[in-house]
Amino acid sequence: MQPADIVGRRNQALAGLDALELPIAPRPGRLRRAWLGAWPQLAAVGLVLVAWQVVVASGWRPPWVLPGPAAVLPRIVQELGDDLPAAVATTLGRAAIGFALAVAIGSLLGLAIVRWRLLRTAVASLITGLQTMPSIAWFPFAILLFGLSEGAILFVIVLGAAPSVANGLIHGVDHIPRIQLRAGRVLGARGLGFYRFIVLPAALPSFLAGMKQAWAFAWRSLMAGELLVIIAERPSLGVMLQFQREMSDATGLLATMIVVLAIGIAVDQLVFGSIERRIRANRGLVEVD
Amino acid sequence: MIAPHPLERRETAGNGAAGPAIRVGHVHRAYGPRGNHVLALSDVTLTVERGSFVCLVGASGCGKSTLLSLLAGLDQPQKGTIDVQGRVGLLFQDAALFPWLTTSQNVELALRLAGVARTERARRSEELLARVHLGGFGDRRPHELSGGMRQRAALARALAQGADVLLMDEPFGAVDAMTRDLLHDELESLWADSAMTIMFVTHDVREAIRLADRVVVMSSRPGTIVEEVEVPLRRPRTLADPSVAALADRVASRLRQEVARHAAG
Repeated sequence: MQPADIVGRRNQALAGLDALELPIAPRPGRLRRAWLGAWPQLAAVGLVLVAWQVVVASGWRPPWVLPGPAAVLPRIVQELGDDLPAAVATTLGRAAIGFALAVAIGSLLGLAIVRWRLLRTAVASLITGLQTMPSIAWFPFAILLFGLSEGAILFVIVLGAAPSVANGLIHGVDHIPRIQLRAGRVLGARGLGFYRFIVLPAALPSFLAGMKQAWAFAWRSLMAGELLVIIAERPSLGVMLQFQREMSDATGLLATMIVVLAIGIAVDQLVFGSIERRIRANRGLVEVD
Repeated sequence: MIAPHPLERRETAGNGAAGPAIRVGHVHRAYGPRGNHVLALSDVTLTVERGSFVCLVGASGCGKSTLLSLLAGLDQPQKGTIDVQGRVGLLFQDAALFPWLTTSQNVELALRLAGVARTERARRSEELLARVHLGGFGDRRPHELSGGMRQRAALARALAQGADVLLMDEPFGAVDAMTRDLLHDELESLWADSAMTIMFVTHDVREAIRLADRVVVMSSRPGTIVEEVEVPLRRPRTLADPSVAALADRVASRLRQEVARHAAG
């Protein structure tokens, strides 16, 4: 041990340096930040509505084929008191199950490919190839395999979404800084622990980006599936679209489409967007202005 | 009787029966394809006594980092033997803290991987962070710390491993001069209070003399040991001590001689 006064002076100097080094960053309040994030999006929606109304008002198509926002928006509210909640529930339920399956299968596949070089050589390019295959092209085959059932829809969702999950994971692992892997090894992480404590957390941002893309694929596949695979007595967004087309109900059709779009965006922004923002903030990854 | 200065540490510290902490015997390590390989280390033999502080200096390409990788078990030699007694910790030039964990979680992960019980970890991590003067910073993320603070956090993480041998690869290369002076003091007293053996790589000869009991000078391409210099100066030392400067000059001129050899070739 050294004399207390020397140690004390040194500690003070260190503490002073530490204090000077730390950034002083005034952050806007929570409400203000929410507003800063929201107003451009609200403005964009407003612009789209105006443009839509202008096209309708120009008389390019008759209003029973192309109704304006003034007719469609109240229709959404009206549908909310009708079949819409049940339809949304069915569709979201399928989306959740299909997406969960896709994440599970995609993660296992991705991990296996990361782990075994031979497997990567064999199937990595095949997985990317699978992504380029339009999901709707799978449906005839899926219907043969599973009949007109939930199974057919889930099958196509998984085929559409799992490759993105796997690719996100593989990409994430490929881009882990070598020094983090070395640090993990030196700390004594081996075997499964090495994956659990080092590899997976390090790969998380890219893994999440893969899941986000997988969600988009899953939602698209699901819509295609619900248009093709119609199961009796089970209202869904796809069934509503199909039914409204048969009835030439343009207002209802547009109302349902807006709901489909809104759900897709909401999940992307509220679920994945917020997780992503948190991860970026935690790791000190700067926002690009 | 004059008591020895606290930093004049136990001459015979840890003099168990087990012998030196590090023994490197005739090690060769080459990279690249056969016939066109680069010899990173050629016939390197080195013994480091338990509890001593050894600095490794050399110009770039002298295989300093390669040697540390071998000692840390991250790489294997093609020829020769490596024998390190006890647990090995390694500190990088970049602190290499895990950005997905807070500072204290980084330390706790090391404790966990070292087999420390869950109930112990929080307390031990707090102690270790206090030991490197990061007491109030456990909840910060690595990116919220300065470079010097990150290095101290990495040091706490290495201590959490319970390392008997601490390898340091130019750990203070990227921190400012004032912080570095303080970190030297810190490291020295940490070492004096423990039974750790430290092997510290640097390209800064004066830093080496400031810290080490013994300085090992390496030449480049292939990396070999050309000289070992004992540092008989009393602690505490500072970078500004004339005796440190004088010895550093001698070692630096030896190093320059080695580097000049390559200009001719």
